[in-house]
Amino acid sequence: MKISETWLRSYVNPAVTTDELVAQLTMAGLEVDSVEPAAALFSGVVVGEVLEMEKHPDADKLRVCRVNVGEAEPLQIVCGAANVRVGLKIPAALCSAVLPDDFKIKKSKLRGVESFGMLCSEKELGLATDANGLMELPNDAPVGMDIREYLSLNDSIIEVDLTPNRADCLSVEGIAREVAVLNEMDWTATQFEAITVSHTDTLTVTVSAPEACPRYLGRLIKGVNPQAETPLWMQERLRRSGVRSLGAVVDVTNYVLIELGQPLHAFDAAKLTGGITVRYAQADEPLALLNGQSIKLDTETLVIADDVQALALAGVMGGSESAVSDSTQDVFLECAFFTPQTIAGKARSYGLHTDSSHRFERGVDFTLQHRAIERATQLIVEIAGGSVGAITEVTTTDTLPKRDAVLLRRQCLEKTLGIAIADERVVSIFQRLGLDVETQADGWKVKPTGFRFDVAIEADLIEEIARIVGYNNLPNSSLLMRSQLGLATESVLELDRVKDLLVDRGYQEAITYSFVDEDIQQIIAPNDEVVRLKNPISADMAVMRTTLWCGLIKAALHNTNRQQNRVRLFETGLRFVQKDGATQQEKMLAGLALGSAYTEQWGEKTRKVDFFDVKADVEALFGLTACTVQFVPAEQTALHPYQTAEILNKDGQSLGWLGMLHPNLEKQLGFDSQVFLFELAQDLVLTKTPAKFKSLSKYPSVRRDLALLVNDDITANQLIDCIKNCNEPALQDIVIFDIYRGKGVAEGCKSVALSITLQNDAQTLTDSEIDAIVSTLLDTLTRNTGAKLRD
Amino acid sequence: MSTSLDELLAQALSELAAASDLIQLDAVRVHYLGKKGVFTAHMKTLGSLEPEQRREQGKVINQAKDSFQAQLDAKKTDLEHSALSARLASERIDVTLAGRGQAVAGLHPVTTTLRRINKIFASVGFAVVEGPEIEDDYHNFEALNIPAHHPARAMHDTFYFDAHRVLRTHTSPVQIRVMESETPPLKVIAPGRVYRCDSDITHTPMFHQVEGFLVDTDVSFADLKGVVYGFLRAFFEKDIQVRFRPSYFPFTEPSAEVDIECVMCGGEGCRVCSHTGWLEVMGCGMIHPEVFKAVNIDSERYSGFAFGMGVERLAMLRYGINDLRLFFENDLKFLQQFN
Repeated sequence: MKISETWLRSYVNPAVTTDELVAQLTMAGLEVDSVEPAAALFSGVVVGEVLEMEKHPDADKLRVCRVNVGEAEPLQIVCGAANVRVGLKIPAALCSAVLPDDFKIKKSKLRGVESFGMLCSEKELGLATDANGLMELPNDAPVGMDIREYLSLNDSIIEVDLTPNRADCLSVEGIAREVAVLNEMDWTATQFEAITVSHTDTLTVTVSAPEACPRYLGRLIKGVNPQAETPLWMQERLRRSGVRSLGAVVDVTNYVLIELGQPLHAFDAAKLTGGITVRYAQADEPLALLNGQSIKLDTETLVIADDVQALALAGVMGGSESAVSDSTQDVFLECAFFTPQTIAGKARSYGLHTDSSHRFERGVDFTLQHRAIERATQLIVEIAGGSVGAITEVTTTDTLPKRDAVLLRRQCLEKTLGIAIADERVVSIFQRLGLDVETQADGWKVKPTGFRFDVAIEADLIEEIARIVGYNNLPNSSLLMRSQLGLATESVLELDRVKDLLVDRGYQEAITYSFVDEDIQQIIAPNDEVVRLKNPISADMAVMRTTLWCGLIKAALHNTNRQQNRVRLFETGLRFVQKDGATQQEKMLAGLALGSAYTEQWGEKTRKVDFFDVKADVEALFGLTACTVQFVPAEQTALHPYQTAEILNKDGQSLGWLGMLHPNLEKQLGFDSQVFLFELAQDLVLTKTPAKFKSLSKYPSVRRDLALLVNDDITANQLIDCIKNCNEPALQDIVIFDIYRGKGVAEGCKSVALSITLQNDAQTLTDSEIDAIVSTLLDTLTRNTGAKLRD
Repeated sequence: MSTSLDELLAQALSELAAASDLIQLDAVRVHYLGKKGVFTAHMKTLGSLEPEQRREQGKVINQAKDSFQAQLDAKKTDLEHSALSARLASERIDVTLAGRGQAVAGLHPVTTTLRRINKIFASVGFAVVEGPEIEDDYHNFEALNIPAHHPARAMHDTFYFDAHRVLRTHTSPVQIRVMESETPPLKVIAPGRVYRCDSDITHTPMFHQVEGFLVDTDVSFADLKGVVYGFLRAFFEKDIQVRFRPSYFPFTEPSAEVDIECVMCGGEGCRVCSHTGWLEVMGCGMIHPEVFKAVNIDSERYSGFAFGMGVERLAMLRYGINDLRLFFENDLKFLQQFN
């Protein structure tokens, strides 16, 4: 909310600077967002009156004026504005005036005629962004007076960003009350005389939804002058609050809204048929709003209606048909209290947000309506005349908000704040805040007033005390906490350790959005059912990822498009999959590698990263967990059919995938090199078993190398498993150290060189024992895999 | 005899001098000192002499042999030394060339920041807990005292899946989940991704928060202030100015926003702090009795505080990053700056 500092200070004027005032508000929880001057800097502009005017001899559009600026002699000023006329009062910039943007006014000649100043528009004074001719001042503007003084332009506009609980400060009076409390000063509410009723016409008011509208006041003001001009002081105050002047009646309702915090609405009484009803809308009942929007209402929407149709969205916005226009003479003025629950969310559901709905949904003082309608009446009559009818009021007392007394225990206040506050201070703070306070033996009984919707429990009162005392004047304690010894589990591998491992192996950590482009998601995981956002921010962030690859691929492309030819990234985070009607949120760990295996360097031949480079990284990760895993050839839609492994644990449970991005996808996604990907389920991977000691053999180990000829489709796993399955107790290790295809090996076959390490716990193995073991292993290999010893 | 020994020694020494490497030297050694060597042969002739002469002659031979041995040893040391020097010289490398193998990468600055935050709180016994990111309306709003249509909901631009499920707008629901399942005393921080339907130069639709809370008997606002002060000073490794401003969150009462002196300008006022000298870094407050009620904790017996901070914001201030959006572009040139 924006308010004029001068307006605020007309209620309470502490001896503090603007900066200090702003700091006070901010530190009391009314955060000041900005402070701006009410007008740009300018000087040397006074109220002038055009005394005489004649055509410029050499220019059709220019007039030569003699302008009274309050000096002995009138000034000759040449002016080109269309609305210049004799008798008009205008801002006149004298020679030596400096207008905004350092525009200096000097004596000059316009087409040969001397001009001693300039007549100004609102735009030229920085009061508006555009203007249509000269700024017209009222006839009673005192000639010669400095325009800054006349328009009170030496003012600041303070913009306060109020939290939703402080509806009581959504008015100048509300903020004045707060400033008075902070400075321990008194303040005076707006003073005015109520207008005497002068005609007997009324409209009937029926409130058929009293729980939504506990109080409704209305009155007819007849015979207002539709052409009446809003006085400049009011226009200026409205302008400084960011409200445009729209005509006297509407300006008054807006003015009272800012002054007192009470939204009002004015109907053109001539457009109404019969009486006023406050009711819920019928399903799909149409309403054309003031802003030009036409909406269809639902049955939970409260409307103001006449006997024929809905006229206004209660507490939110009026309708265009019953709106006050520049021909309105009879006005029906509405001043109501709608409950926050009724208005909350309503404006938003129709895509609206108005000053009125903003206040009603946070809470308007339900005791304020009488005063507000009288104030608006007084201002309307003062500005536009008219005769005033009696107020019609419908109040359903038992639906008004309740204000139960709240107890504040002295000991609770001290315990919560960590400091005792003097009784007198507590009482004085509550009183100045406008709360009824009664001191009791162990504390205080506080009854909140109509304007406070945020004081319902003891903690609310404690906050009020803390706020006014000042949070920074309250103590800090060094925390004494009960502590328990922490755990140091060995059954879970910390994710941080895994991240460090990947970082040490050259993978840069990425963090990508959890929602992804559905197209990429569809390309990579066409079979996954996605979880879709109802209100995505854009199409490329519309569905939740079912694999972390979506984000990594996008990040990799971002980099390859920026001349990075080597990318290694990993990410950890949730994936979201829809399974059997439920959304699973699974913690994943994924990586991507493309480009050279190593950064370009003199000591290693440059080569492209391949499956086994990335597999080594994944294996290193499993090395940390001491889990036994198997890489099994498998197929995955996104990956190369012959360079993909599914990773299984010893129970055959799938831990994740490793493979090359399918060449079709590689092309489709816009990569120009092979991309390797892996993704693992964190929960399954990060399990760890504490080590178990096994005694060391004292006897030497022996190694035997075997060169086997096998069919090409026999995997390394098959050979190794076959050997392991012999359960030879002396077997310690098997390593495949060479694979050879080509000359000397038949087509469709390969030679696999493997070493077997044997060691016995109880004795040194003899040659014949070793030969027997190797021969048994070979026989089994031949039987199960067709492997033969190479000659 | 002694003449011939002198000649022999002279001959031996000249061969020794002629040896240019360890192999030749060894050949000379074997020739003179080996089992079948020249000196050994001389010693063997002693057997035929009279005892008196044998002693005399033996001494002379031994002297010559020892003298040869000494020079041989010296020569050997010399040759070994020069052989080593030659080898070392041949093994000269350019130590300024880069090392071989895989380069080390780095963590995302958000992760680094989270780790530091976790470490600071873990040092006084806070446990780290995570929660789901697709959250139900109850945990994200209702249980936190934000009923439907509460104006505070407008402060959270929420991503919805359906009427009941949202992307969590803050990490506060973890507070509810922990308090539902555990009993005080509780000391927990909950880091993680959060989502708001907002995207411009200063907002990304996803960012990270750390929620922290402590519940015990006799926890006061002073304790909250103490922890927040302590944390901020530890995080920025500096005795920075901190101030608490009253604010509003439905789930805390009293509530506060915490400002630190601008780390860019030291409080002088600059573009980053909108010329106020202060930067807002977190929200906090005493846990609202309604929240305790929702999780069946007796607010007469227990009290607690909670705080929440934006991780990217802290990382930006700590490392001087000026564009929030860089965090999620994953440009290597950005990420590698934090390795």
